[in-house]
Amino acid sequence: MSALVASVPAQAQLRIETSGVGASQIPIAIAGFSDENLAPQQVTAIIKADLARSGMFKIIDTGDVISEATQVNLPDWKARGADALVIGSVQRLADGRFDVRYRLLDTVKSAQLSAMAMAAAPQYTRVTAHKIADDIYEKLIGARGTFATRIAYIIKAGKEYRLEVADSDGEGTQVALRSNEPIISPAWSPDGTKVAYVSFEAKKPVVYVQNLITKQRIVVANYKGSNSAPSWSPDGSKLAIALARDGLTQVYVVNSDGGNLRRLTQTNGIDTEPQFSADGQSIYFTSDRSGGPQIYKMSASGGDAQRVTFGGSYNISPRISPDGKTLAYISQRGGRFQLYVLDLSNNQEQRLSDTVKDESPSFSPNGKYIMYATESGRRGSLAVVSVDGRVKQRLTMQAGDIREPTWGPFMK
Amino acid sequence: MLNIRNFALVVASAILLAACSSPVKLDDKAVPVVDSGANNGADARSVNTVDAGSADPLNQPGGILSKRSIYFDFDSYIVKDEFKSVVEAHAQYLNSHKNRKIIIQGNTDDRGGREYNLALGQKRAEAVRKALVLLGVSDTQVEAVSLGKEKPKATGSDEASYAENRRSDIVYQ
Repeated sequence: MSALVASVPAQAQLRIETSGVGASQIPIAIAGFSDENLAPQQVTAIIKADLARSGMFKIIDTGDVISEATQVNLPDWKARGADALVIGSVQRLADGRFDVRYRLLDTVKSAQLSAMAMAAAPQYTRVTAHKIADDIYEKLIGARGTFATRIAYIIKAGKEYRLEVADSDGEGTQVALRSNEPIISPAWSPDGTKVAYVSFEAKKPVVYVQNLITKQRIVVANYKGSNSAPSWSPDGSKLAIALARDGLTQVYVVNSDGGNLRRLTQTNGIDTEPQFSADGQSIYFTSDRSGGPQIYKMSASGGDAQRVTFGGSYNISPRISPDGKTLAYISQRGGRFQLYVLDLSNNQEQRLSDTVKDESPSFSPNGKYIMYATESGRRGSLAVVSVDGRVKQRLTMQAGDIREPTWGPFMK
Repeated sequence: MLNIRNFALVVASAILLAACSSPVKLDDKAVPVVDSGANNGADARSVNTVDAGSADPLNQPGGILSKRSIYFDFDSYIVKDEFKSVVEAHAQYLNSHKNRKIIIQGNTDDRGGREYNLALGQKRAEAVRKALVLLGVSDTQVEAVSLGKEKPKATGSDEASYAENRRSDIVYQ
């Protein structure tokens, strides 16, 4: 948690000597926004849920409705236990959009920390609320919020498989792809407009890139044998993939339009699940070259690989944090498949989950959380855990078997 | 020719015997016997049907080629001896039917990651593909792919279900 303390902006002057998320939270009051019942969703309810879910805030109950134009007696709010106060308003504009305004106030310093005004179409009310929550998070915690980011995942409902996109809180789901055959390994492009995935619709695994906006699909890899495990380079120009075209599964890199295929690994075993490091210089991947599966690292242009994981005999699904300092992966120990993180600076390993059938970790774009797939009652569900292991959430969605989450990037 | 010659010998003997035992008219006995041997007893106007489907040994129910699954031990990717005859039969069939193509689909049980299981399923498909190619089957007739743990035949979480899913299937195109 020392990193979090260090990253908190000095001007906040709030009680932020956090020794751990959950152990010490920032008390914040969120007043009702004037006229917010005009919008399709209640903006402050979404903000409150976002902040509470992060585990970093304690929401101080209030029934007050306060517009951002109101002069507020901040010492009163300090006395009520709030270190910060959020006030605002919603107005319907002549063109049908909603104008949402808000202020974030520091009750300790009696100062304004932030103010925003956003006009958005009715269907973007949720996004507007998430953006306000992001702004509050950033001003008070010192790291970008991820409430307005989106997730993609695969849901199996009956015989149907769907690639769905939702807000990071699991709301506002949209279907990107429907199929009667399995879909696995979705991966967001760095610009958030495309998803690469593996679809079995041709009765074998083939790698596609789908533009979420235009619905255009490109076959990136359909070579003889299995094609799988797409992962984007940070600049979005290339995909690392796993192909079995020359026998067993090996790591290749290909342009995101499917051109210029190059083989990166040369072993007689399995090399799969390639992941570019945040700087694009390295590729982490899973290999069975030492017996059981372990995670290795090599240059993004191939060549010698160094073994990264040593704890346990089965370590798979490497994911590297946005700052490149932490490796998340799934480790099997004593019959349990659980989420672990490895601090790459000191090789300290930590188990983050209490569940037993974990798969497919995915970092939030600010690196503070990891979403992963797990199972409850024989049905797939998604879980989120803070990288320090203190905050745990379960993302339960309506119906179906949910798996293969991928957390999308920050968007404009 | 041989049959006819033998027949001729028998007929000749019969004639000889007959000639010895009793006074039978030679012409009456000899002619019908020889005629019968030449036509082999068949009706010259009969027609018999060939069914192309049943003639293909691939479609014979209960035949060895009807066996299309090769099972593997836990954490193993070697074709066991008990399945060698199945692989050999398919190799022989593919070698004599160069126009036929197959896909070998490797499968795993549901324990572990999807992508790693996909690679393990590929290993099982590849083991069968290699065995076929060693038996002379052309590369162009065979594709080894993996379904990993995505299309389980058995959905239970017991050893019997796991064993059922540790499998490569031969699928004719």
